[in-house]
Amino acid sequence: MTLAFLAQQTIERIPFDSPTIDWHAFAPEAILLAWTCLVVVVDMVGLERARRFMPGLTGVGFLLATIPVLTLWNDGATRSLFEGAYVVDRYALALKGLFLISGYVVVLLSTQYMADGDYYDSEYYILLASSVLGMTVMASARDLITIFVALELLSIPAYLLAAWRKRDLKSNEAGLKYMLMGIFASAIMLYGMSLLYGVAGDTRLSVIAEKLTSEGTKPLLTLAALFTIIGFAFKVSAVPFHTWAPDTYEGAPTPLTAFLAVASKAAGFVAMVTIITTAFPGQADVVEPFMWVLSALTMSIGNLIAMRQTNIVRMLAYSGVAQAGYIMAPLAVYSQTGQNGVSAASAIVNYLIIYSAMNLGAFAVVIAAARKTRSGEISSFGGMLNYAPGLTTAMTVFLFSLAGIPPMGGWLAKWQVFSVLLQSESTWGTTLALVAAVNTVLAAFYYLNVAKQMWFMPAPDGDTSRVRVPPSLVAALAITVIATLLSGVTGLVPDITDFGSIALGR
Amino acid sequence: MTDFLNDWGIALMVFLPLVGVAIMMVIPGQEEETHKLIALVTSLGSAVMGVLLLQNFDYDRTKDLQFLVDQRWIEVINARFTVGLDGISLPLVALTLLVTPLVIIYSWNHIPDPGNAKAFLILMLVLHTGMLGTFVAQDLVLFFVFFEVVLLPMYFMIGVWGGENRLYAAIKFFLYTLFGSAFMLVAFLALYWVTGSQTFNLQDLAAEVASRDIPLRTQVLIFGGMFLGFGIKVPMFPFHTWLPDAHTQAPTQGSVILAAVLLKLGTYGFVRIALPILPEAAVEWAPWIGLLAVIGIIYGALGCLAQTDMKRLIAFSSVAHMGYVMLGIATLTNFGINAAIFGMVAHGLITGMLFFIAGSVKERYHTLEIKRLGGLLVQAPHMGWILGFTSMASLGLPGLAGFWGEFPAILAAYNPAPGLSVSLFRTYMVIAAVGTVLAAAYLLWLLQRTAFGTPSEEFAHDDHIHDTVFTEWVAWVPMLILIVVLGFIPSLIFDVTNAPATVVGDVFEALGR
Repeated sequence: MTLAFLAQQTIERIPFDSPTIDWHAFAPEAILLAWTCLVVVVDMVGLERARRFMPGLTGVGFLLATIPVLTLWNDGATRSLFEGAYVVDRYALALKGLFLISGYVVVLLSTQYMADGDYYDSEYYILLASSVLGMTVMASARDLITIFVALELLSIPAYLLAAWRKRDLKSNEAGLKYMLMGIFASAIMLYGMSLLYGVAGDTRLSVIAEKLTSEGTKPLLTLAALFTIIGFAFKVSAVPFHTWAPDTYEGAPTPLTAFLAVASKAAGFVAMVTIITTAFPGQADVVEPFMWVLSALTMSIGNLIAMRQTNIVRMLAYSGVAQAGYIMAPLAVYSQTGQNGVSAASAIVNYLIIYSAMNLGAFAVVIAAARKTRSGEISSFGGMLNYAPGLTTAMTVFLFSLAGIPPMGGWLAKWQVFSVLLQSESTWGTTLALVAAVNTVLAAFYYLNVAKQMWFMPAPDGDTSRVRVPPSLVAALAITVIATLLSGVTGLVPDITDFGSIALGR
Repeated sequence: MTDFLNDWGIALMVFLPLVGVAIMMVIPGQEEETHKLIALVTSLGSAVMGVLLLQNFDYDRTKDLQFLVDQRWIEVINARFTVGLDGISLPLVALTLLVTPLVIIYSWNHIPDPGNAKAFLILMLVLHTGMLGTFVAQDLVLFFVFFEVVLLPMYFMIGVWGGENRLYAAIKFFLYTLFGSAFMLVAFLALYWVTGSQTFNLQDLAAEVASRDIPLRTQVLIFGGMFLGFGIKVPMFPFHTWLPDAHTQAPTQGSVILAAVLLKLGTYGFVRIALPILPEAAVEWAPWIGLLAVIGIIYGALGCLAQTDMKRLIAFSSVAHMGYVMLGIATLTNFGINAAIFGMVAHGLITGMLFFIAGSVKERYHTLEIKRLGGLLVQAPHMGWILGFTSMASLGLPGLAGFWGEFPAILAAYNPAPGLSVSLFRTYMVIAAVGTVLAAAYLLWLLQRTAFGTPSEEFAHDDHIHDTVFTEWVAWVPMLILIVVLGFIPSLIFDVTNAPATVVGDVFEALGR
C-alpha cells in the first residue's frame, strides 16, 4: 500500500467540512492580521525610508480594526464560531475595543521614544500589533487550546519587546526574566489544562463547565483549577507570583512597560475571568477562598512595597500589583453575586477599562517628563507645577484617579468592585471589602507622594526649563485625561460593561 | 422664573464655579487680577443663584425638599443626580455661599506664598462646588462624590501654600479623611444591598430600612462605617488629631474654609444620612457619640489652655465646639438637632472669623506664638476689638451667635430621646457645662495675652504692623454683622430648621415608645 492510497482512504473515511466562518464576527482579527502583514511588506520594501511611517501605519491598523468592533457592538447579536471555541459577544467586544484602543495609545507613546532611541522601530510595531492580535483573540476564546494559543501569541512578542533596548543590561534582564517566568507560568497552566481535559474529555469551556458541575469537587479537579488559575496569576502579577514585574517594568522601554502594565495584564485577567466564571461554577468552594487569599495578599503586599519605591516606574509596577488585587477581588465571591457571576465579570472589566485609561496616562506623563529629566526617580518630578503645569495637572488627574478620588474615574472602578463584594452579603465578601478599604488608604499615600513632589517640592537641580512634549504624547495625554474624567462623571463605562451574560459557544 | 429655578437653580449654583475654573484654565497665570476677578464673579454668581433660591424658597414647608431635581446619572449602579434644598441644608448652603466669596475678597491682597493666584483660586472654586454639592445631594452616591471632591483642593491648598510643616499636615489630613470615607463607602454599599432597594435616594432608603426587618447588629455595623466617615471629618475625639495640624499649617483662606464649612460636612452627614436612615442603630450609638462629644469638649478646652500658638489654639477650640454640635445630635431630639444645625452655622461664622484674624496677625507679626504677641489693641486697635468681639461670641456670650449653638445643645442633653439613659445624658450635660467655663478661660486668656498689654520689644517699632485694611473690612464685616444678627434673632435659623429637625426627632420619639 502506498502512502497516497492511505491518504486517499483517510480522506474518504473522514469527510472534512470546512467550517462556515462568520467573517463579520472575525473581522477585527482579520483586519489586524492583514494589516500587520501589510506593515511587514512595507517594511521589507521601504526599508529605512519606511521607518518614519511605521507608527502611523500601525496606529491606523488598530483604528481600522476598531470599526468592525463598533458595528458588531451595534448589531448586538452573540455569534459563535468554530464549534463554540470562539464567541463574539458584548463581553468580548468591550475587551477587544479596550485592547485595540490601548494598543493605539501605546503606539502614540512609542512614536517619539522609538524614533529618538536607536532601535529597530519597524519590527517593534509589527510585534506590538501581533501581541494585540493575541489579545483580541483572547477576548473571544472559549476553548482551552484557543486560550493557550492567544496567550502565547500575546506573550512571545512581549518577551522580545521587553528586551528591546538591547545594549542596556537592565533591558536584557527584563526580557529574560519575563520570558522565563512566562514560560514557567505557561507550563503550570498547561498542566492544569491537561487535567481539565482529562476530566472533561473536551477543550471547550461549555463542555468542561457541564462536566465539572456534575463531578462536584474532587482533589483532581481542585488541582486542575488551581494550576490553571496560577498560570494566569503570573500573567497578572498577583502576589506571590509578581516578582518578575518590577524588574521587567523597570528594564523594558517605558512605552512597552505601559503596554505590559495595562493591556497584557488585562488580557491575563480576561482569561482568568472567562475560565473561572464560565467553567468553574461548580468549583466555587475551592476557587473562591483561593482568590480571596490571592486578592488580599496582592493588594496588601503590593501597596506596602510600593510605598518604599523611589523609582517612578517601579512604583507604578507595584501599584499595578496592588491594583490587580482589587481587580481580582470580585472573583472571591463570584458564585454568590448576581447573574451567575457575571456581575463579578462586569465589575472586573469595568475596572480594567478605567484602569487602562488612567495607567496609560500616568505612563505618558512619565515618558514626557523623562525627556527632560532623563531620570526615573520620583524626586526628579520636583517643582513641575511651576515649569510644566499642564503635565502636572494631567498627572494629578491620573494619580488621584488611581487613588480612587472622585470625580476621576478610579472611584467608579472601585465602587463596582466594592459593590460586588458587598452584594454577596457574606462575611468573606465584607471582610475583603474592608481589607480593600484599608488598602485604598495605603495606596493614597504613595500616589500622593508623587503629587507632593510635583506640587510642593522645588525642582531638584533648579532646572526649570520647559518640557517639550511631542504631539503624539499630547494626543495620548488628551485621550487618557478625557477618558479618565469622563468615566468618573458619567455612567459610560458601567453601561458598556453591563453584559448580563458571558456567552459560551455551542 | 420659578420654573427655571426649580429645574436649574441648584445645578447652576453648584456648577457655576466650575465654569469659572474652565475659563481660568485657559488664561495664563501672569494675569493675576483677571483670575481674581473671574473667581470673585463666579463665586458671586453662585451666590446670586443661591439668593434667588432662598427668595423663592417656601418657608412654610421647610421639611420638604424644594427645587428638587431628579435626573438619571449612572443608571447601572442606580445612582441618580438628585439634588434638593430643605431646612437642614439651607442654612449650610447659605453659609457656604457667604464664606467663599469673602475668602476670595480676602485673597485679593493676601495670596499666600509662593503666589500663583491662578492655581490657588481654581482650587478654591473646586472646593466651593464640592461643598455646595455635598449639602444639596439627596443621593448617596452623589453625596459620596461631592464629599470626596473637597479632599483634593484642600490637600493642595495646605501642601502648597501652607506653613513650615505643611507636607506632614497635608498628607495627614488626606489620609485620615480618606480612611474614614473608605469605610463610609463600604457602609453605603452594604446598606444598599442589605435593603435590596435598588436606589440610593436618601428618603427612599430611610423608608426601605423602616419597612424591612434588618437585624439590629447589621444596622449597628453599617452605622459604624458611617460614623467613621463622618466622625473623622467632624472631627470627633479621638480622630481629631489631623485638625490642629491641618489648621495650623493651612494658609488663612484654607483654615477659614476648613473651619467654616468643611467640618460641617461631617456633622451634616450625621443629621442628613446616618440618623434618619438608621434610627435604631443611632439609638445604640448615641450614648457613645455623646461620650466622645463631651470628651472632645473637655479635651479640646484643655488642649486650648496648653497651646502656645494662636492658630493651634483656635483649632483645638474647634474640637470643643464641634463637641457641642455632636452632643446636640447625640440627644436624638428635635431640640438637639436644631441646636446642632445652629451650632454649625455659628461655629462656621465665629471660628472662620477667628482664623481670618489669626491670618492677619500672622501677616503683620510673622508669628502666632502667643507669648511674643501682645498689645494688639495698641498697635491695631480695630483688629484688637474685632478679636475681642469674636472671642466673646466664641465663648458663647448671650446676644451673639455662639450662645445659640452651645446653650440649647447642653439643654437638650437634659432630656434626651426616649430609649436613651436620662442620667447618662444629664451627666454629659454637666460635663459640657463645665466645658463652657473652660472655653471662657482659654478665650479670655488668649485675648489677654495677645490684645491687652503693651507690644513686646521686638514689635513695638515695627512699621509693618498696621490696622485693618480695606479688603479685610469687606471680608469681615458681613460675618461680624451676622454674628450679632443671629445672636439677637436666632429664629432666623431655628424657624427654618425646626420642621425638618422635628421630622428626624419624631422618628426617635416613635421608636422609644
